[in-house]
Amino acid sequence: MNLNFSETEERFRGEVRAFVAAKLPAALRDKVLGHKRLEREDFLTWVRILNTRGWVAPGWPRKFGGQELDPARQLILEEECALAGAPPVLPFGPRMVAPVIMAFGNAAQQEYFLPRILNGEHWWCQGYSEPGSGSDLASLKTRAERRGESYIVSGQKTWTTLAQYADWIFCLVRTSQEGRPQEGISFLLIDMKSPGVTVRPIVMLDGEHEINEVWLDNVEVPVANRVGKENEGWTYAKFLLGHERVSNAALGVSKRALRELKAIAAATPAGSGRPLLEVPRFRDRIAEVEIDLMALEVMVLRVIAMDRERHTPGPEASLLKLHGSQIQQTISELAMEALGPYAPLHQPLALSADWAGAPAGPPLGPGVTGRYFNFRKTSIYAGSNEIQRNIIARHMLGL
Amino acid sequence: MDFTFTEEQTQIRDALRRFLSETYTLERHRRIARAGSGCDPEIWAQFAELGILGLLIPQPLGGIGGNAFDALVVMEELGRALVIEPYLATALVGAGILVRAGSPAQQEILAGVAAGKTRLALAHDEPDSRWRLGAIATRATREGAGWTLKGRKAMVVDGAGADYLMVSARTESGLSLFLVPGPTERLTRAALGTHDGSSVAEIALDGVRVPADALIGSEGGALALVEAAREVAIAGLCSEAVGAMDALLALTLAYVKTRKQFGVPIGGFQALQHRMADMLLHAELARSMSYLATAKLAVPDAGERRRALSAAKFLIGRSARLVGQEAVQMHGGMGVTDELATSHYFKRLTLINASCGDRDHHLDEFAAGMITSFPQALLSRSAANASAPRSSG
Repeated sequence: MNLNFSETEERFRGEVRAFVAAKLPAALRDKVLGHKRLEREDFLTWVRILNTRGWVAPGWPRKFGGQELDPARQLILEEECALAGAPPVLPFGPRMVAPVIMAFGNAAQQEYFLPRILNGEHWWCQGYSEPGSGSDLASLKTRAERRGESYIVSGQKTWTTLAQYADWIFCLVRTSQEGRPQEGISFLLIDMKSPGVTVRPIVMLDGEHEINEVWLDNVEVPVANRVGKENEGWTYAKFLLGHERVSNAALGVSKRALRELKAIAAATPAGSGRPLLEVPRFRDRIAEVEIDLMALEVMVLRVIAMDRERHTPGPEASLLKLHGSQIQQTISELAMEALGPYAPLHQPLALSADWAGAPAGPPLGPGVTGRYFNFRKTSIYAGSNEIQRNIIARHMLGL
Repeated sequence: MDFTFTEEQTQIRDALRRFLSETYTLERHRRIARAGSGCDPEIWAQFAELGILGLLIPQPLGGIGGNAFDALVVMEELGRALVIEPYLATALVGAGILVRAGSPAQQEILAGVAAGKTRLALAHDEPDSRWRLGAIATRATREGAGWTLKGRKAMVVDGAGADYLMVSARTESGLSLFLVPGPTERLTRAALGTHDGSSVAEIALDGVRVPADALIGSEGGALALVEAAREVAIAGLCSEAVGAMDALLALTLAYVKTRKQFGVPIGGFQALQHRMADMLLHAELARSMSYLATAKLAVPDAGERRRALSAAKFLIGRSARLVGQEAVQMHGGMGVTDELATSHYFKRLTLINASCGDRDHHLDEFAAGMITSFPQALLSRSAANASAPRSSG
């Protein structure tokens, strides 16, 4: 029993830290740490920088351009990047569609798509949810009808994160009405530039445009863009979900957020010459979430170790998602409360890095309250926490 | 990073679990609890035979020279089986102190500990100390070649049954620790029962005379010893709680799968399933923190070590409460009877929270450490310094 990273893992951490310190542009870092709105180019800049070291998708097999980095090193990489203020590498390409293409796609699909994920040429988004199909995903209605060497796809996808930036969307579509709902689903790769694809913004509760509706109106998709077999898309979708192991724990970004929370509370006067950080009632709430984060970290390491032992992912990732999302919400809530009377301000202009003005109230204020509102999503997306509890009850408790 | 147990640890676990599941039935537990002494001599002798009483005692002193993770394994099993015998007090805390600081003569006692003939108890806490290790009023004054002890000790685990007490007292140079035989003149021990059936004692020292060589370690050097003992105890209690939560979760799971209402097992109801999922989450968080606590016992940096132990004790207290209360609730009326093991686990888990510092105590300790470890230059002391750092991150 040993909870420490090995010497070589710590050396790897040093390499990552040095790389990020040298390569992450200061302006980009300040944007991330300052809660500024990130543009398409901000994400891609970082992807291109990471790609010079092979770190966009470091866990991929070497034959597809990866480095076969083990999960512990992937965790270290993600954490160091987050702590340094790098933009996140969005999961849709490297961690969601890519593993499906590797496992079930054909050679032509692998050759075409995988390198373009690594170099940032293709921005991917996820076409799973529909207005009538959230947690009950298998009830999805988007139809794909075979016409010669094409499918004609019609329907509507929703909650599509950053679809406004995307080049491609991977979609679950219905190719058969026969049998159980799960049995008639196929997995299609659709070019966002195809005629009939319309992206409509959904404004979120923080006033920001992060998610979208994607309308598909008689979109012609070559059969060659179907991954795997017709009507077996559900299997691939489940495979994809099983692939997300520890990143939903959001360890790195929560560590960064906790550090920021303490800095805000330390700089906030709270009477009697004391900063908010030293007011026991507030201090204790920070302490509790820090302890929760410590426990989450050990859990993540345990799951990584477990996976290494048995090679098949188990349902423990649901525990990580459940706890990790609650920690994200708690920290973001405390940061908002730390703003005190300034929490109500909505200053969307201040979220733009180009804005020359100074926001009213604490400098980080404009991003902090918005993030609290925005982070209600963490217990809803990637399988709502209720769905996670269902999974835990069924697969870990046998209920 | 390695979360596996050694072959030896697995052997200890298997042997102990086999023994306890055959011998330490709920009926036996109840009988021992009713007897009041909190320790069944037959069980204790078996512990000696299994080698666990000498777990932390080096081989030359009669033990098996195990480590903290061996102790974790044992404590988990004791928790799983609802063992009330004062194993932690004697084998981990008491023996730990003598191994660390005992004179060669004092260490001779350890062979008897390993053999199950001698029990030890740390008599440190006092009626008004409320888990604050430094808040000790008992005094030791030099008298001739020896010392005279005066004061009161409270909630001393196995204080009435122990063969030796380790009594902390203030001397001129600080806190000191004395090895005192249980039966000693002017020392009175009042055994008290607890809700989980174990035994604690109130101890009055009314001018107890002890010789000079009763001193354990150096005069004035006991606080570090007591702190170390407290850390070992916290890690042990955490592991015990993890074992108890495992067992309680299994019991509850079995119950909701078989108990039928409205014609179906109640485990089919989502209202219960989701709460069971939360129980599992909190039990697993607790397990994670118990590993962390044990791993950090050996860290030289006292700040880091204490932070981890306080974090663990806080979180485990919280998990124990949630798992315990929910298990009782899900058992319905049966949960509030004495008949099932459920309520016994619940009581033990509740008492663990109150031992060696409860949730509030350790959250306070942890948070205080959080403040002192924060870069002091960043702490604003005046309203003039009102704004948050721009990209402090």
